Amino acid sequence: MTLTVAGTPKEYPDGINLTRLIELEKVETPMYVTVALNDAFVESGGFEAAVLKDGDTVEFLYFMGGGR
Amino acid sequence: MSIRLKASDYRRIVEHARSGLPNETCGLLAGRREGDVKHVEKVYPLDNPDACPEHFSIPPGAQLEAIRDMRALGLSPLGNFHSHPSTPARPSDEDINLAYDASASYCILSLAGKEPALKCFRIERASRATAEEPVAIITY
Repeated sequence: MTLTVAGTPKEYPDGINLTRLIELEKVETPMYVTVALNDAFVESGGFEAAVLKDGDTVEFLYFMGGGR
Repeated sequence: MSIRLKASDYRRIVEHARSGLPNETCGLLAGRREGDVKHVEKVYPLDNPDACPEHFSIPPGAQLEAIRDMRALGLSPLGNFHSHPSTPARPSDEDINLAYDASASYCILSLAGKEPALKCFRIERASRATAEEPVAIITY
């Protein structure tokens, strides 16, 4: 199946979930990543249950912040 | 890596920072990577929900809206910027603690001196290592 991950369409095994996608993409500091699936945020507790399908779009986002 | 930034985008960052005083301001950088160079094609000045002279944050929701626009334009997220109203353009302890993306450029505009000073860094949060990325401001 084809997923668009971080703006790039790529082929992935059918039926993978977000947890597996994070592994395959070697996402940095996965404990801090926020995932948007088809423009909707998925709670980190829902990664296992989020089974991906052909045509899905995924973005990986990190909280950004800081101070002087 | 080095960064090429259009003068008009640099001015936008400075104007955003000045208009937000006394608070820190922030935003995102988008563009394309070519070898070791990041070409900034668009800046996204964003609200700082902290509304504070000492902190900024860019929640994922605000990022996602900008990223939709980047994807539509064929651009990639390159990093972020924020202002230091009264301190130098160097990553603070808090900046390093919250730098979760080692591939991003973390740019800081200082308004502490007579003239604004922009510096960009890559930050390895785990090792707390920072590496300055030279910025070239381009006039077309």
